[in-house]
Amino acid sequence: MSNDDPRQSIEGSTAPSTATQDARMGAGVDDRFNSKLREAFGASPFILTKFDEFMNWVRGNSMFMLQFGIACCSIEMIHTYAIKHDIDRYGAGVPRASPRQADVMIVPGTIVSKFGPRMKRVYDQMPEPKFVVGMGSCTISGGPFQEGYNVVKGAEEIIPVDIHVPGCPPRPEALIYGVLKLQERIQNGESSPVVVKPYELERFGDLERDELVQKLADEIDEDDLVMRYNWADSP
Amino acid sequence: MSTGVEETPDVEREAELEELLGDRVLARETHLNAPGVVVNPGDVQDVLFTLRDEAGYDHCSCVTAQQYEDRYETIYHLKKFADPTDEVSVVVPTPLDAPVSQSAEPVYRTADWHEREAYDLVGIQYDDHPDLRRILLPETWQGHPLSGDYDQDKPQVVTLSEHANPLLPDHRDSEGDTMFLNVGPHHPATHGVLHVKTVLDGETVVDAEPDIGYLHRCEEQMCQQGTYRHQIMPYPDRWDYVSSGLLNEWAYARAIEDLADVEVPEYAQVIRTMGAELCRIASHMLALGTFALDVYGEFTATFMYTFRDREIIQDILEDLTGQRMMFNYFRVGGVAWDLPEPREEFFAQTRDFLDELPAKVDEYNDLITTNEIFQLRCVDTGVLEPDVAKQYGCTGPVARGSGVDYDLRRDDPYGYYPELEWDVVTEGGCDNYSRVLVRMQEVEESAKIVEQCLDILESWPEDERDIQANVPRTLKPDADTEVYRAVEAAKGELGIYMRSDGTDKPARFKIRSPCFSNLQALGEMTEGEYIPDLVASLGSLDIVLGEVDR
Ligand code: SF4
Repeated sequence: MSNDDPRQSIEGSTAPSTATQDARMGAGVDDRFNSKLREAFGASPFILTKFDEFMNWVRGNSMFMLQFGIACCSIEMIHTYAIKHDIDRYGAGVPRASPRQADVMIVPGTIVSKFGPRMKRVYDQMPEPKFVVGMGSCTISGGPFQEGYNVVKGAEEIIPVDIHVPGCPPRPEALIYGVLKLQERIQNGESSPVVVKPYELERFGDLERDELVQKLADEIDEDDLVMRYNWADSP
Repeated sequence: MSTGVEETPDVEREAELEELLGDRVLARETHLNAPGVVVNPGDVQDVLFTLRDEAGYDHCSCVTAQQYEDRYETIYHLKKFADPTDEVSVVVPTPLDAPVSQSAEPVYRTADWHEREAYDLVGIQYDDHPDLRRILLPETWQGHPLSGDYDQDKPQVVTLSEHANPLLPDHRDSEGDTMFLNVGPHHPATHGVLHVKTVLDGETVVDAEPDIGYLHRCEEQMCQQGTYRHQIMPYPDRWDYVSSGLLNEWAYARAIEDLADVEVPEYAQVIRTMGAELCRIASHMLALGTFALDVYGEFTATFMYTFRDREIIQDILEDLTGQRMMFNYFRVGGVAWDLPEPREEFFAQTRDFLDELPAKVDEYNDLITTNEIFQLRCVDTGVLEPDVAKQYGCTGPVARGSGVDYDLRRDDPYGYYPELEWDVVTEGGCDNYSRVLVRMQEVEESAKIVEQCLDILESWPEDERDIQANVPRTLKPDADTEVYRAVEAAKGELGIYMRSDGTDKPARFKIRSPCFSNLQALGEMTEGEYIPDLVASLGSLDIVLGEVDR
């Protein structure tokens, strides 16, 4: 059969299309699919898809953000939620105060050593599947404070990040773009890339017994959770 | 010790100091802003008591610690609330091998945190200090990062256990009502990453201790690594990042212009004044909106209205400076560029905003200050008596809400402020409500200032629009010159201490942040009140963690 053939013949049907229509409108249930679903739905149209894809679509269009302010970028983030930019237009405008109710965490600012373990904790408290948008240069590399003795050189040292929005601070428009890109990824079922995560929360007792750990041994309990920063290895 | 500065502070004051302190003065120093007296580490309290009680230096504005090749040094920058131009620096050198000096905490409450910071970052110890722990860095940190031999590449271990319940088991029995509550560091009411360790008895706050350092971004180190001319200016925007950028930049600009002896053209001063006041309006709007959010918990009306207005100001500032928040617009000796062309459009746009402002302020008053529920929440809660405020070194709207009539724009004039008509707002209520009122009225005063600046700018002759003084490409102020200069930022007195060592980078750069001192008073304000009032008090202090932690 060549492609020039009229459509009807491709379908292998001789009835004009109006006939199908008539059948649907008039003489009861269309039996084209010959399925239980069609019987159940009657004349109403429906789409078949995979459950996963459906869930991804839902997820992408209704994201609960974590209300999470760290530094300067959070002010622009608030502006993104607020009037004028109103990110709620894209189904992502309800910040939740508790990580347990949130799907997306926007990391808006500089992460310093004291905050690192806490951020990791907050991230861990979010239910799966969870997504992270890194906002601003600070979450990429430490930004303007990259050389600081106390500054973690980017959020990816601690948690995986799906989308990086560069800028110092990124404009609200840029953040919205980032969030839309994230929605796209979620809808396509792409999750966080696996990245190198040098800093993890560990039990103090599990750390390698080097000089520093020996020194702190009296101060810190074996069972305490700690994060060990190897500044020399970070970029 | 530094000498050899051309600007000698008046001789009379020096003589007075001499008489007062007698032979407790080991040597004299001259800082650009004030005479300095060098005293023994053991005489600190004695000297400071004398200065406070007999000479009236009731404001310990800042404590700077630094390390020289051969010694450590602590400098107490003292001022008078009645006249902030009357300053004196008390310099306390301590030897390298035993950096111990007496604490100033019994004299000035505010020295508590300042000395903890000095201990944390530089490593000086203070005898008699009630609680000498690290303040900005985690407890388990090794070394003191701003001291001479610190190795930044050494690994560090940070624990998560600081949130453990410190209440002794005998306070935890099943009948008692004592309870420990961690507020933050991730909490919607803390305006960023602040952690308040709260001990409650039922619903009453017994003890509230702010735990800071979750945003300590090494701002001082960054500034010490940057050159005076261009590399430092971007950082001030990021201290108090609530759109108060220009106000902060001015603090640095003022200090460096004094240090390098630069004269700023008048036209540039007018632009600076206008920009700074626009920033103040934006900043107070945010304070207002988030305060309403904290107190009402409503995300829809007041909060959105204030953000609507902030957007307008940010548009204006973007036209002026090129950025919405991180302006980087001031330059040493002026501003980066003139007003945007076409000027008429800029003027019209700004005037439109100012014309609409009074109606908006009325609206805010309807929504907030005249609202009975709001008043119930705010009147007589979070009380901060003027004496306490002074002891804690509170400044800005927090001090003015306690009736302390202190505003550096008027009392230590700079920029174009002395030429303009405006008033310093004070309220005597000392409570959360007063602080809100002060901010609302300051918005109106700032609008007045902006309006006058616009008039002046509009009529300024076209060929005299000098936006920058002639400043050399590299600035190298004379070695061992020291200066401490402050401006009235949105949250209060924002001061910069700089010491030059003859190179093009400062040897020590110290930031005196108003929020740092204001936040310290939180415990005092909330003890004995209900826990919701703690949230309201915290909101009314209007802190920005970027500035608290630096
Ligand atoms: S990227 Fe820039 S604006 Fe954002 S938190 Fe870092 S310093 Fe602040």
